[in-house]
Amino acid sequence: MAAGSDSQSYARTPALGLRFVVFFVLSIVLLIVDHQQNHLDALRRAIGTALHPLRVVVDAPISAWQWFDETTTNFNDLQLENNRLKAERLLTNARLQRYAALEAENARLRAMLEATSRVRDRVRVAQIMSVNGNPFRHSIVIDKGSRDGVYDGQAILDANGVLGQVIGTGAFSSEGLLISDPDHALPVEVNRNGLRTIARGTGEFDRLDLPFLPNNADIKEGDILVTSGLGGSFPAGYPVAVVESVQRLPAEPFAEVSARPSAALNQVREVMLVWSIAEEPGSEAENE
Amino acid sequence: MSNAFRARRLPVILTIVAAMMLAIVPLPGWAEPFRPDWVAITLIYWCLHMPRYFGVGSAWLVGIVLDVAQGTLLGQHALALSLIAFLTVKFHLQLRVFPLSQMAATVLALLAVYRFVLFWINGVAGVGAPLVAYWGPVLTGTLLWPVADFILRTIPRRRRPSG
Repeated sequence: MAAGSDSQSYARTPALGLRFVVFFVLSIVLLIVDHQQNHLDALRRAIGTALHPLRVVVDAPISAWQWFDETTTNFNDLQLENNRLKAERLLTNARLQRYAALEAENARLRAMLEATSRVRDRVRVAQIMSVNGNPFRHSIVIDKGSRDGVYDGQAILDANGVLGQVIGTGAFSSEGLLISDPDHALPVEVNRNGLRTIARGTGEFDRLDLPFLPNNADIKEGDILVTSGLGGSFPAGYPVAVVESVQRLPAEPFAEVSARPSAALNQVREVMLVWSIAEEPGSEAENE
Repeated sequence: MSNAFRARRLPVILTIVAAMMLAIVPLPGWAEPFRPDWVAITLIYWCLHMPRYFGVGSAWLVGIVLDVAQGTLLGQHALALSLIAFLTVKFHLQLRVFPLSQMAATVLALLAVYRFVLFWINGVAGVGAPLVAYWGPVLTGTLLWPVADFILRTIPRRRRPSG
């Protein structure tokens, strides 16, 4: 065997080098095309859809464990949890009533000002199937895809605030980029005074940067940042982060401001997808 | 021909799929920087033992799928994997007679090359990241090489009928 395979493999050596060069060039071309333009999205989507069964299999033990955990919880615990949830629901309902009144008032005031009223949002719950293994890219895969009307650029929320946005859709699952990814920037405004700025991801789950605020900007610790809706892809008015530190540096043109995201970026499994009613679900939205 | 061909390919494909699943399985946050490059390790093994059926081209295809799975630029993992496949296939005759310790050192070098290519492409594309954070998987991958080698050896491979 040795002699045969030796002579053959030596004979193949130049072909091997040639083949490597071909694939090397092919990779470089793909990299450049993928980096510059979005022409390869269809290919990415096709492979992503093909990968869906794999994701389901990977997710199965975790889902099974959750199911097992739920079904084996004893009666007492369930009752306790039920009571707690009922109390929580009552509280939330009370808060919602106030919110409904406020919304009605807001609509009335806007009508008086003859301004267009804010659109209502439709929300749907999705499960996170996997998180990105690459520690420098904060992205997740969720179990709703273009079949469910998910579109590129759609906002993803959790119970406390904005989580990220959809950057690629497959038929059954889609990829979302978290607001903490270094490549992600999000137009926000300070809830207190309407000051507009950009919140940029830092690569850390518990910190966002606000790099474009001048030293004399009216911002302080504890200010709540909400989406301004000006980027076009996020609905306005959802909480994003709370300002954590403000450092005014006299020598620099901009202050150093960092904020802590309201959403639990690395803890949730359920997320919410938002459709603004004005937009048709499934229509191609502008990606910012 | 095609039957024997398929019989040889099947375990390779199954193990690559398994490695791909290990690459996307969610890990707790502290373990994430140490996730071994399962796909790269499996690929080194097959390039070493079946260089005629598994080489640069297959590695490239696997890399493209891995790029989609991990959401990186298309071609990034493909380039890195085809490079280490090329190196392994090129030197497979020498590497096959290496004792385990020496082979582990080679795997360390190959994984370092793999990680460096990923780092380099990230740098060119403007995805900043500290260089230090790239070496965790290289270490865990090397430490796991004997285990992976042992497990993959238990997979029956049909010898060439002519011997």
